[in-house]
Amino acid sequence: MIGIEHYLVVSSILFVLGVLGIFLNRKNVIIILMAIELILLSVNLNLVAFSAFLHDLVGQVFAMFVLTVAAGEAAIGLAILVIYFRGRGTIAVDDVNRMKG
Amino acid sequence: MDFARSLWLVAPETLLSVAGLILLLVAAWAGDKASRAISIAAVAVLTACAFLVAPALWAGAMGPDTEAFGGQYRADAFAAFGKLLIYAGAGVTLIVAPAFFDRFKAMRAELPLLVMFASLGMGMMVSAGDLLTLYIGLELNSLSAYVMASFLRTDERSAEAGLKYFVLGSLASGILLFGVSLIYGFTGGTSFAGIHDALSGQMATGALFGVIFVLAGLAFKISAAPFHMWTPDVYEGAPTPVTTFFATAPKVAALGLLMRVSLEAFGQQTFAWQQVVIFASLLSIVIGALGAIGQNNIKRLMAYSSINNVGFILIGLAVATQQGASAMLVYLAIYVAMSVAGFVVILLLRDENGDQVEAISDLAGLSKTRPWLALSLASVMFSLAGIPPLFGFWGKFVVFKAAVQADFIALAAIGIAASVIGAFYYLKVVKVMYFDEAIDKVRGKGELSHTMLLVLAVLANSPLAYLGTKCLGALADNAAAALFYAY
Repeated sequence: MIGIEHYLVVSSILFVLGVLGIFLNRKNVIIILMAIELILLSVNLNLVAFSAFLHDLVGQVFAMFVLTVAAGEAAIGLAILVIYFRGRGTIAVDDVNRMKG
Repeated sequence: MDFARSLWLVAPETLLSVAGLILLLVAAWAGDKASRAISIAAVAVLTACAFLVAPALWAGAMGPDTEAFGGQYRADAFAAFGKLLIYAGAGVTLIVAPAFFDRFKAMRAELPLLVMFASLGMGMMVSAGDLLTLYIGLELNSLSAYVMASFLRTDERSAEAGLKYFVLGSLASGILLFGVSLIYGFTGGTSFAGIHDALSGQMATGALFGVIFVLAGLAFKISAAPFHMWTPDVYEGAPTPVTTFFATAPKVAALGLLMRVSLEAFGQQTFAWQQVVIFASLLSIVIGALGAIGQNNIKRLMAYSSINNVGFILIGLAVATQQGASAMLVYLAIYVAMSVAGFVVILLLRDENGDQVEAISDLAGLSKTRPWLALSLASVMFSLAGIPPLFGFWGKFVVFKAAVQADFIALAAIGIAASVIGAFYYLKVVKVMYFDEAIDKVRGKGELSHTMLLVLAVLANSPLAYLGTKCLGALADNAAAALFYAY
């Protein structure tokens, strides 16, 4: 029988993978965007699992809002990435270092 | 609570969103040459919204009469206090933006619209009565802010600032959201009132995790240490009018949201988050003071100064009393005035070609070449350091007073000691301007609008402002009382 704790473990693993994907990746900013999506999806999994567990619809409505905002966020992230690439000609994470201190 | 009454309570937000959409159509129709007219219209709309929310603050509105849409949204005195500061910050940004962007031929009609939509989101943040309202408001503000940070598309630093702000801001939203999902699961609801009731007594471990995640996400947004690392880069890279915006309005909104969440929703579990807030507060004060010492860019200096000031504001939250909340609001109002004064001076520092002067070493001898500008900057620096005759002292005083009265004497003592360390780098700027050999680099002319703003903001920091302490204190008390109503 799969209970609420199994969902929580899976979503926690996804969340940690997403956070690690942001900090450990040194190659490509696109991977960071994917990691951010992974975090939001782990949250959605949590919300939907809790919603079913509690027999309460609020969690599913919340998940819909998160999905919508995530789409907007990805669009803005890619747009910023495009103007960044136009200026610098690279999207490697190690090159994002014009400002230091 | 009938629907018509709810609609009336959200009137400022409705006005902002409808006016924003209409101006968006105007922008699409008329193009960038209408950007100045749209800025003026946006300032007018923000002023109208300020007049709409002011009565609630004056009357000290609180309780069930201020709840709209079944408690999702609150239009009480606390929200009104936050919104007035937010609209002021947004209005100042719109007044200083055109002159700055025109130099790069980059003044586009989208900027005033983004400021309006960000203000709409921030208004939702301080009015939130539910985790869903909180999230939507926060994202509306953040998404507009990411675009604004990278608004100067031809400048590499601006694009980099936007990218860094986006990545770390989204991470913060993700952490906050994970906490929200845990709180929903372990308390069974998303409304602040429901969470408040569910968290009485022993708290489940999952809910504790949720509380900590939410606080961590919000600490990111107010740039409190240890989540402050984006602040210096974003403040330096973003165009200066946008930095002015970041230093004022979103800071007020995120701190207001943090107060609502921790004092209302988590108000039963003060002990669970008090330690975390004390830790973040002291660390912010120390990192803000030490990090600023080696800086030569004045915008970076202001970034560290904002981290430092957030630390002092958090002392008011750590004591978790109504008096502490009132002290935080007084400090926030003064901090907005100081930031506006500081950034308007920075905008007025231009060389003979009209380019911005940002290096502190280039300000050498400013007192001889531009005495009034130097005097203004010196008064801002003294005020940020909290040196008595200036008004910045009052903010620190009320916060420390609240801490001492709630028996947090050690916290107050450490805070006062650290504010002395912080005074060092503020005084360094004054020393460069007044005692170094003049190099006469700052020569550019300023606009009348900037000068008028500067005079107003400097007067608000001057000893004259002490005449208004009673009024400011009474309004902050009204707002804080609304926050503690029924809890």
